[in-house]
Amino acid sequence: MDFLRPASWEEALAAKAEHPTAVPIAGGTDVMVEINFDHRRPEYLLDLNRIGELREWEVGEETVQLGASVPYTQIMDHLRAELPGLALAAHTVGSPQIRNRGSVGGNLGAASPAGDSHPALLSAGAEVEAESVRGTRLIPVEEFYTGVKRNALEPDELIKRVHIKKADGPQQFSKVGTRNAMVIAVCAFGIALHPETRTVKTGIGSAAPTPLRARAAEDFLNAALEEGGFWESGKIITPSIAKQFAELASGACNPIDDVRGTAKYRRHAVGIMARRTLGWTWEQYRGNGRTLEGAA
Amino acid sequence: MGVTGTPTSIKQGSKTKGGIGESTLRPDGTLKVTGEFAYSSDMWHEDMLWGYTLRSTTAHAEIRSIDTSEALAMPGVYAVLTYDDLPTEVKNYGLEIQDTPVLAHGKVRHHGEPVAIVAADHPETARRAAAKIKVDYAELPVITDEASATAPDALLIHEGRDDHHIGHVPHPNIVHRQPIVRGNADEAAKRADVIVSGEYVFGMQDQAFLGPESGMAVPGEDGGVDLYVATQWLHSDLKQIAPVLGLPEEKVRMTLSGVGGAFGGREDISMQIHACLLALRTGKPVKIVYNRFESFFGHVHRHPAKLWYEHGATKDGKLTHMKCRIVLDGGAYASASPAVVGNASSLSAGPYVIEDVDIEAIALYTNNPPCGAMRGFGAVQACFAYEAQMDKLAAKLDMDPVEFRRLNAMEQGTLLPTGQPCDSPAPVAELLRRVKAMPLPPEQQWLAAGEQADVRALPGGLSNTTHGEGVVRGVGYAVGIKNVGFSEGFDDYSTARVRMEVINGEPVATVHTAMAEVGQGGVTVHAQIARTELGVTQVTINPADTQVGSAGSTSASRQTYVTGGAVKNTCENVREKVLEIGRAKFGSYHPAWATAELLLEGGKVVTDGGEVLADLVDVLEGESVDLELEWRHRPTEAFDLRTGQGNGHVQYSFAAHRAVVEVDTELGLVKVIELACAQDVGKALNPLSVVGQIQGGTTQGLGVAVMEEIIVDPKTAKVRNPSFTDYLIPTILDTPTIPVDVLELADEHAPYGLRGIGEAPTLSSTPAVLAAIRNATGLELNRTPVRPEHLTGT
Repeated sequence: MDFLRPASWEEALAAKAEHPTAVPIAGGTDVMVEINFDHRRPEYLLDLNRIGELREWEVGEETVQLGASVPYTQIMDHLRAELPGLALAAHTVGSPQIRNRGSVGGNLGAASPAGDSHPALLSAGAEVEAESVRGTRLIPVEEFYTGVKRNALEPDELIKRVHIKKADGPQQFSKVGTRNAMVIAVCAFGIALHPETRTVKTGIGSAAPTPLRARAAEDFLNAALEEGGFWESGKIITPSIAKQFAELASGACNPIDDVRGTAKYRRHAVGIMARRTLGWTWEQYRGNGRTLEGAA
Repeated sequence: MGVTGTPTSIKQGSKTKGGIGESTLRPDGTLKVTGEFAYSSDMWHEDMLWGYTLRSTTAHAEIRSIDTSEALAMPGVYAVLTYDDLPTEVKNYGLEIQDTPVLAHGKVRHHGEPVAIVAADHPETARRAAAKIKVDYAELPVITDEASATAPDALLIHEGRDDHHIGHVPHPNIVHRQPIVRGNADEAAKRADVIVSGEYVFGMQDQAFLGPESGMAVPGEDGGVDLYVATQWLHSDLKQIAPVLGLPEEKVRMTLSGVGGAFGGREDISMQIHACLLALRTGKPVKIVYNRFESFFGHVHRHPAKLWYEHGATKDGKLTHMKCRIVLDGGAYASASPAVVGNASSLSAGPYVIEDVDIEAIALYTNNPPCGAMRGFGAVQACFAYEAQMDKLAAKLDMDPVEFRRLNAMEQGTLLPTGQPCDSPAPVAELLRRVKAMPLPPEQQWLAAGEQADVRALPGGLSNTTHGEGVVRGVGYAVGIKNVGFSEGFDDYSTARVRMEVINGEPVATVHTAMAEVGQGGVTVHAQIARTELGVTQVTINPADTQVGSAGSTSASRQTYVTGGAVKNTCENVREKVLEIGRAKFGSYHPAWATAELLLEGGKVVTDGGEVLADLVDVLEGESVDLELEWRHRPTEAFDLRTGQGNGHVQYSFAAHRAVVEVDTELGLVKVIELACAQDVGKALNPLSVVGQIQGGTTQGLGVAVMEEIIVDPKTAKVRNPSFTDYLIPTILDTPTIPVDVLELADEHAPYGLRGIGEAPTLSSTPAVLAAIRNATGLELNRTPVRPEHLTGT
């Protein structure tokens, strides 16, 4: 196995173009586990740790441009106001040691349906900035996940940044695991209210081959909120609306039975989390403070 | 910690600092928490090779052929050994029944069985070489439960059995069967106003010790081998290793190296023989370290069990009878299964007075992973079931579950189902009273912090699944009984060598035993005993090795009792010798040498009135006393094979728990808020260690209540979750507050009146948590661990 250590982003792109099978590594919290278990033996490892700009972020007008290697700890500490859903999700990743090294870029690169950041990215709205020596493109995160542990990157592309829409309303993230900390998701749910566009967006994790949005649930809820004048009045969401939203979210799942949980439980739990997180975000929206932070 | 009771009064050594009863700190504590402690996996030797084990990828198959040529041809590979390379006629090992092949021969019987071993100059080279070994398997049908094990056409896991159990088992795929019959359960059942029965399932728990199996074998110039290894019992390993190597025991010199936890999982041989074989073959030191994945295949687990129970009671709440049938899955090899059967059956009635019982316990041979010793050893599975039964009975009688238990609690003098009287304090009712009397933790603690819910205090924790929605509190109680020490007639002795001399002008005691310190704190306690018995402050604890006699196993809650007893006994004999020397030297100077009771205190010989007769430095000048003595507890008897009657146990240990849980009833997630424990320890030699043991045992019991389970595919008998990613153990956020109430009711038969303590809290913790979850949800919950699916009906 050759270990490539580019000193700059340009060198990294050149190396990836020359060795398309090279596996990028930053925190190593996924890649090293795979290597240690002998699940993969890449010809080349492409070490991105010398590229400082990947660990930087920029808060813009509309979006946060989050470098691919920004560790979860930094997101929790510095971007809680702009990215409340992602900050909540970041807090559920592994242990403090893992959160000090793991990053959203790694989560996207691995594209595991159980990755904790995906539901938050999907509900907030995000684009993945992929670059190669051929140029740069922005991939909407919904289109990024193409299968179990597969993503839309071309062999010569690297993830540079993720452009995540700044929160314009309350966001929540909830994840079920069979332990109260340091646990891989059995299933997860993210939700973001977007008062500016009067829409609600969602993200489901670990309950289908890929992370996905509960589109039917969103469409139903958006229509119901619009028709009922809920955005203007800020009144409590009718239980029947919440119930149907939950059922549709549950119905969006396409889970499997595995060692972590049954398909039936996953569908059930996603429905419960959808109902609860909608309640929490809507309460925040209605509240005077109108804070954007999650509750945890 | 509140201590109540009738503690043994200590005369000798009561004025010497750092003796028994003090919470002296463990010598390895700081090193362990700062990461500097050298574990067995940290050893290094110049020119050493790395060993690696090729394991079966299937659970049951004939081996048609093994081709090692490609592996041997790899640069850096020094040896590849299979069954055919074993040097003597002894090719099997085992704790009681030698049914486990050192390397598979003709057949593999479980997933992960060792098939070949490799030594190479780099661990990665060894692993890659092992991957090049070609094993041709012909799959056989798998046996995974009682039905498939005892079916008329069932394949025999072990053909041609000739062990001492084969004569009394109903089928060769049953390792051992122990019935216990006392009184007449059918007749007594007629007196019952209520009868409850239930079937219970206990999942396969792993010891999950943090230091994986590891050690190093160094070939000696005399043709022998020095083996440094993390184990629970050096001399038991030695007996199994030496014959396979074809060496006399004195040529296999074993030294205990840093042990990262054990909990029963190091009673069996793992890499010991393999490392020695490779070292002797290559003439080089060989180190073997399992990784976490391999560790799940490298040691036995707790027996999963199916238990059927029937209890009856009169309408005023008195138990009439109990019938039970306990089926333990021993997996492919016997390991400790026979003894686990003995414990499960003899302790199946729990700490209750039941005159009429009809009990049967068996252990199966299957193609599932081998199961053997784990903290609680058969008594854990039974306690889970009988405590569920107690709650069912109490509910049916509309009685308080604690009062119902107290009404039926055994006490000193009670006859156990084996007919053996309990001849030391058995404060079962008092322990229950105490846990019930403790104040309950406040409600809705997640609101305490302020407006926003503190998710750390809620089910789901940091995963942020509830802010109080769906959360219901439950409270549950349980109590258990565990035997202490090896039972059923086993010669359960230990050996201690103690030397006393003057070093640099100070009297110093040196204690040498073969006791495996696996984290239980034995080395701390030995130093305390030596200080108390010899009246000195300087005590050196020598490393444990086989240059001294056997200490027996660090298991069965026995080491403080048995090796502690041995250290005490040798110290007493050393003290007598020291006093003899003193009398000879100074006896003529003071009449008290001949007339008074003499004690050793603070480095001096004193009378019981406190008068100083001599400094130990003067007594021992130019002299030293050095004794190695064996010590044994009272003998026990085997259980009758038909009736189960017999004085099989030497001592019992009792603990009670109250669990308080919050359950998210919609998501099926559980947060254990508090696990209060009351335990009788006889005498707390080191109160801090006692509380540590109780809290650790309690947490291990919590683990198997709500998360810990090795999941074996019933179709293939393969392990599905051999990693800490999917075999979950409690984190600190899952660990509740554990208030501990310690009783000290002396057992007059035991050293200092002490009681073995390590296992009892593991018994009652699990059923208490289950009872609390049942209390919160109203669900029956007949299996452990409880998963979200069970709580949500999904």
